[in-house]
Amino acid sequence: MIPTVPQSSALKWSYRAYVSLFFVYLALPLTVVCAFAFNNSVFPSLPWEGFTMAWFFGTEAPFIGVFHERSILRAIGTSAFVAIWVSGLSLAVGTCNAFLFVRHDFRGKGFLYILMLLPLIIPGVILGISILVFASSVANTLEDATGLWFDGLRPGLILVILGQFSFITTFATLVISARLQKFDLSLEEAALNLGATKWGAVRQITLPFLLPAIVGAGVVSILMSFENFNTTLMLVGSDSPLTITMFDKLKHGSTPVLNAVSLLLIVVSAALGLLSLIFQKSKE
Amino acid sequence: MVSDRSKLGFYLLLSPLLLWLVTLIILPHIGLFFVSISEKIGVREYETGLGNYAVFFNEPLYWRTFARTAFMSISTTVLTLVLGFPIAYYIAKLTRGRTKTTLFLMCLIPFWVSELVRTFGWMILLRETGVLSNVLQYTGLISGPVEFLYNDAAIMVGLVYTSILFMIVPLVTTLDSLDDSLIEAGYDLGGSGISILREIVIPHAMPGIVSGCIVVFMLSLGNYLTPILLGGKDSLWFTGLIYTQFITRFNWELGSAFGFLLLGLSSAVVFLGLKLSRQSLSNTMGR
Amino acid sequence: MAPTADLVCRDLTKDFDDFRAVDHVSFEVPQGSFFSILGPSGCGKTTLLRMIAGFQFPSSGDLLIKGNSMIGVGPNKRPVSMVFQHLALFPMMNIGRNVGFGLRQRGVSSSEIKARVGRVLERVGLPGIEDRQVDQLSGGQKQRVAIARCMVLEPDVLLLDEPLGALDLKLREHMKIELKTLQAEFNTTFVYITHDQSEALVMSDNIAVMNKGKFDQIGTAKELYYEPANAFVAGFVGDANRFEGKVTAVNGQIVSLVTGGGVELHAQATAGVPAIGQRAQIFVRPEAIALSKDPSQGSESPNASKRIVDSVLFNGANSMVILRDPKSGETIQVTLPQTGDLLGLTKGETVLAGWHPTQARCFASGGAVDGI
Repeated sequence: MIPTVPQSSALKWSYRAYVSLFFVYLALPLTVVCAFAFNNSVFPSLPWEGFTMAWFFGTEAPFIGVFHERSILRAIGTSAFVAIWVSGLSLAVGTCNAFLFVRHDFRGKGFLYILMLLPLIIPGVILGISILVFASSVANTLEDATGLWFDGLRPGLILVILGQFSFITTFATLVISARLQKFDLSLEEAALNLGATKWGAVRQITLPFLLPAIVGAGVVSILMSFENFNTTLMLVGSDSPLTITMFDKLKHGSTPVLNAVSLLLIVVSAALGLLSLIFQKSKE
Repeated sequence: MVSDRSKLGFYLLLSPLLLWLVTLIILPHIGLFFVSISEKIGVREYETGLGNYAVFFNEPLYWRTFARTAFMSISTTVLTLVLGFPIAYYIAKLTRGRTKTTLFLMCLIPFWVSELVRTFGWMILLRETGVLSNVLQYTGLISGPVEFLYNDAAIMVGLVYTSILFMIVPLVTTLDSLDDSLIEAGYDLGGSGISILREIVIPHAMPGIVSGCIVVFMLSLGNYLTPILLGGKDSLWFTGLIYTQFITRFNWELGSAFGFLLLGLSSAVVFLGLKLSRQSLSNTMGR
Repeated sequence: MAPTADLVCRDLTKDFDDFRAVDHVSFEVPQGSFFSILGPSGCGKTTLLRMIAGFQFPSSGDLLIKGNSMIGVGPNKRPVSMVFQHLALFPMMNIGRNVGFGLRQRGVSSSEIKARVGRVLERVGLPGIEDRQVDQLSGGQKQRVAIARCMVLEPDVLLLDEPLGALDLKLREHMKIELKTLQAEFNTTFVYITHDQSEALVMSDNIAVMNKGKFDQIGTAKELYYEPANAFVAGFVGDANRFEGKVTAVNGQIVSLVTGGGVELHAQATAGVPAIGQRAQIFVRPEAIALSKDPSQGSESPNASKRIVDSVLFNGANSMVILRDPKSGETIQVTLPQTGDLLGLTKGETVLAGWHPTQARCFASGGAVDGI
């Protein structure tokens, strides 16, 4: 079971066959999604009608490519807007949390830490509906009391951002804490000893040390926000992010333009993920 | 002076955490609970009671869907563990250096991509006009188009696919930390592959197994996309019921009760899993 | 009648992709003896040990335990047990289950396992610790548990892979003696690999010095120390002063050599006499060099010369002095006896240092000696 222990070759080969089969299983759906983005047919299915780039650049109906399909372009913009807010907020709060949990000892720390982990084990749909219910009741109360409108608390982008932020922050906190734990405190003490202020030492020594984790957490947050569905579904208003738009299109039958969007998503997310890994490796 | 300033710093760090947890996690769930125990008796008139929960237990469609969702999520978890463990073991113990990194990345890449895209892939593969049906017709194994979508097997395939990474990653991490010399010592003392797996490898991997199972179970239970798209209109998934009550029927009280039941089930299973394996939440999830 | 050796290796060779880790090694270990393989890291000793244990397979050659060939036999089927470098005690089991692991694999009844585990723990001096966890033990206790876990299976050969390496210095000194005692107590054949020459010298009945995949010499500690077979053994086992130079004269086994700094030295060549004009090395043990404060005494020794004290390294009974040759600037290390008028030796003094040629060894430089 490890390379240094002899195994019968039949066992070895069937193990390898299983592993290969597994990777075929992993690759299969993504491969077909990508392949059918180039099929010259209005349905993403066989038979193969020939190669076309129309689903990317086409302008004439029914062959309208991604780059000319208004609804999809707008959805990508919405998703990007949400993702930037979510990752910015999560990183800020996550970094504070990391410093709090790694550097401070206080009563109730263990309890708060468990509370902090909870969003990981709450199903996304429930997070969505609880925030929806709470925001609506707050909005109702406020509107009854003041007679004004509080549209920000009704389903819409603000709630989507808050909903995604509510659980992505936990991931950011975990990633950044893990790195902060490895930090040698004597480096900061040395900076103080050389005349730096407390904040100066953190800014010039600790934060640069944390940078790989912060960048990594940022990329992960953006990816998670982009692909989030469950929480978003419950909180979305009239501006829908990409996954919701695609879901609607998918339910009503789809053209290969969805394959084209998917292909772009695959390429961009794989590239982002790899970049963040390479960045973290190079800093270590 | 110094202690005052560090006190100030402490509260500055504490406030975003509290703000986040209180306004986005604690209060919304309390609110959800209160909505779930209020019954509508007129326009904007409510009364406290367990009526919504009674509706759930009196309507077979509801509790059967609930039980079915739980059962299929457990099956997914078991299947994912059984399928994923050999893969994790292969990556952690039988490969080195560059091969290991490559295999691990190949596992990761599909999961950086939206779940929607992955599910879309399975739809293209499995539907009546899909790739699988066409390939089987071409090879002559079936004579006409066959619909592979919209059944429980399709849902399982999709759920396993969506969650297997969350099993493999913690398993690879724990198995990686198992020193090869322990396995060698096991063999040296006369152990066989099976007994070493049972007495050394699995006990060592227990934290990874528990955290993998908890995450996979939760993800399956709370999944909406995969059962709806691969299982079709009659997929009978509990999150689907919640969505219907909230968005289509606009019956938030019943929807909240459903939400609370789902939350209760997932918390109970997490709690049970941790107790049975004597792990703590911080150890398993905090990684 | 000679009993069959417990462990026999014949022309054992192991090739990896780009180099040969073990190169035609042959040796025999008689029953009940303590055999050490001593070599620098990367010499192939770990590969050799892992071949005996069954975790590596020889490219060619044969390996016999109690007369049976082990080629093609898996590690779990061999009558050998191994104490791993970091002990590899199973952290997921308590001590009793750790020691009983091997017996459980053999299907021994649980009552007998209990009795045998208890007995072996008593023999290693740790009775009644079955219920403790691995991390509750000290380094020395873990060591003994690891040995007990192997010995309970009554193996024909016990392999030890530098098990003392992780211990601190004091405990290591103590465990050296304890290991030797345990070996005598169990009367089992021990094969021990180490890069620490003092471990090998103290414990072993026989030592093999390994270098670049080959055995340079097999012998008792004394033989290795006083009669090294080649320059590598002379330099690796024990401390030695080494000089290199050109051979100027040969008189029987006594070779005269002039170093780069122009100093003439004399030594005995026991393993092949180098030719005049060839380059050669001389090794002198620090304790073989006699010191005298009285310059008039030294004329009878051909290696005697006046040298200046460079520094005194006081270390109780192991004190040393570093002497510099005034002409060439070459330094030598000499054991400094803490007696007589040498007691107060200080930096800058001049002493007479010399040794008898038969107490120094000369080997030809380069590959000439390797074949012997």
